Amino acid sequence: MYTYDSYDQQLVDERVAQFRDQTQRYLAGKIPEDEFKALRLRNGLYVQRFAPMLRIAIPYGLLAARQLRMLAHIAREYDKGFGHFTTRQNLQFNWPQLERVPDILADLASVQMHAIQTSGNCIRNITSDHLAGAARDELVDPRPYCELTRQWATFHPEFNWLPRKFKIAFSATTSDRAATKVHDIGVHIVRNESGELGYAIYVGGGLGRMPMIAHRIRDFLPELDLLSYLEAVLRVYNRLGRRDNIHRARIKVLVKETGPAKFAEMVEAEWALIRDSELRLHREDIDFIKSRFDEHAYDAAAAADTGFEQRVTEDPAFAAFVRRNVLAHRVDGYKVVFVSLKPPAGVPGDASAEQMDVLADLAERYSFGEARVTHDQNIVLAEVKQGDVYAVWQTLREHELATPNIGLLTDMICCPGLDYCSLANAGSIGVSQDINDRFDSLDHQYDIGDIKIKMSGCMNGCGHHTVGHIGILGVDKHGEEWYQVTLGGSAGDDASLGDRTGPAISRADIAEAVERIIDVYMEQRHSEDESFLQCYRRVGMPPFKARIYANEAVAA
Amino acid sequence: MSALIIDGRVAADAYVELADDQTPAGTPCIVPLARWLEQREALQASGAPIAVRLPNTAEVGTIWPLLEDRPMIELDFPTFADGRAYSQARVLRDRYDYKGEIRARGGAVVRDQLHNMLRSGINAFALRDDQDVDTCLTALSDFDLAYQPAADRSDMPIVGRLRRRHAAV
Repeated sequence: MYTYDSYDQQLVDERVAQFRDQTQRYLAGKIPEDEFKALRLRNGLYVQRFAPMLRIAIPYGLLAARQLRMLAHIAREYDKGFGHFTTRQNLQFNWPQLERVPDILADLASVQMHAIQTSGNCIRNITSDHLAGAARDELVDPRPYCELTRQWATFHPEFNWLPRKFKIAFSATTSDRAATKVHDIGVHIVRNESGELGYAIYVGGGLGRMPMIAHRIRDFLPELDLLSYLEAVLRVYNRLGRRDNIHRARIKVLVKETGPAKFAEMVEAEWALIRDSELRLHREDIDFIKSRFDEHAYDAAAAADTGFEQRVTEDPAFAAFVRRNVLAHRVDGYKVVFVSLKPPAGVPGDASAEQMDVLADLAERYSFGEARVTHDQNIVLAEVKQGDVYAVWQTLREHELATPNIGLLTDMICCPGLDYCSLANAGSIGVSQDINDRFDSLDHQYDIGDIKIKMSGCMNGCGHHTVGHIGILGVDKHGEEWYQVTLGGSAGDDASLGDRTGPAISRADIAEAVERIIDVYMEQRHSEDESFLQCYRRVGMPPFKARIYANEAVAA
Repeated sequence: MSALIIDGRVAADAYVELADDQTPAGTPCIVPLARWLEQREALQASGAPIAVRLPNTAEVGTIWPLLEDRPMIELDFPTFADGRAYSQARVLRDRYDYKGEIRARGGAVVRDQLHNMLRSGINAFALRDDQDVDTCLTALSDFDLAYQPAADRSDMPIVGRLRRRHAAV
């Protein structure tokens, strides 16, 4: 966990006071509606279909037990007893009262949390790999670099009124788990041929109406130059990003219209002028940030445990959980435990106050007091001794948090959709439940294997549908909810955008269409080892298309 | 008539707007960049201090030699959400070390943007008509600290060095 010092705390406290003052002036009629909107968005406060929605930042997805407890408290005290974890590792409350938001922010500040820059056309929460620090395949822990970037981006005076929102993600492995190539900037921590640490920089990825995969504009940026280079990218974007059309305002459009090579040149020219400024990091800056993160004292005896394997042999339900929800940790004797927020009858990503409290207790007792939010909308207890996994599982199971479906078909990404969001054209939660009903057999899901279904209720793409192996996009057709389906997208290191199957499919038929897609895959795959994505890339669209639209039942 | 804040205090506006067909009469005046580029010598002949108003699309890097001796540069913040001139201000202060007055004018020059403007190097604010001066003056101290080195505190290093230095004093 990164622990605030008095400096971090003072900034967050001053922000609470500033927002309280803004809210009071708005309620007193002293700030026009449209201007208060821009101001409240910079603190994550939307006014939605039925009520305001408050989005709380969870930097790089990392949560301390006491923070989880505070979120549970806020859910009870100010909301309807639950919260929704998002694809950007944040948490949203759907029912707070505008007048009470300053009090919520004050409560958050008391546990080193905030809602700063979780919306609005500014630099948003910095996201990263949910396995950071625990993964076997990572080069270094990316989180200190995320935190440095978070601090640089927080209240950056020049970049609070950008053409459009701006999202940065970090990865330090070759198996990108943070969807970095669909971010405005994706930072890959790498070593160069001489073994020096640095970054490969990707710019101009994004989802939404014009989905694009990011371009690599720099192969290697030296470690100490991170912030000056980011500042150069942002300055070019702030000056030249389009402001005439909100749908053309993201940096991806500037990169596309300028051309990635020319864009890179402009960034390099700006960077040359500021590279040696105060923004250049010193080794001690990085050491300082690292020193603010907890060191975890791993128990060398943990690997001696034999109970874990024995439980797996004896208890088939536990074995099923281990098979899908437990991964190796970089330290022998420790395991990464995935908590599924995708139970069969639940809303993907939702957690009740009670569940948050349970997770806080488990984190405290078994995982160094930490939990992480994944961009797939699940929670990870990343550092559990293997001898404790059984006990953790038993508690999770009591609270409907142990569905053994991580990475499977029902582990869907899903936005709040028409049920909450004022942007949505169609529902997404109901569709996810229909799909769940069709695939209620876990054995069938195991047989299908790894697959990512991602669903958004509108083309803004919060549910990342364009990079789903199966993507589902809600559209409005003459006041009815219809769904466009794409196949073959990926947010991983092999990032790609899905291909449209054809005409949109009605609400009544969409679950059937998903079942047909799966049927084709099961028939076409060479073996269990060929995943849905691999199979689709090999056989292409035709067999899927033929089946989906085989009769009028699902055709538009 | 909008109020003017310069260097944290309410001030009278020394500059008058020069109409397109007017020539300077020896008192300080302000002209748009286009006119300044076209009629520089004629305008300077009067000996009057002449300030220049930049459109927020102007690239400071290409026109700096024609701006560097101006006593005041006015930046345009036309609407609440258009933040292009923030970058112009930082380039003027940080890259070129411009020492004259940088004045913000336009629809976004309101209480809730002043602190960022100040940090970006703007030291004068021509407030939008509906703004209360006293409320605006309080905006300049919304935050006592900052994470970034920016135009207001170019000596402010990022994170650790700063804190240790402050802890030392």
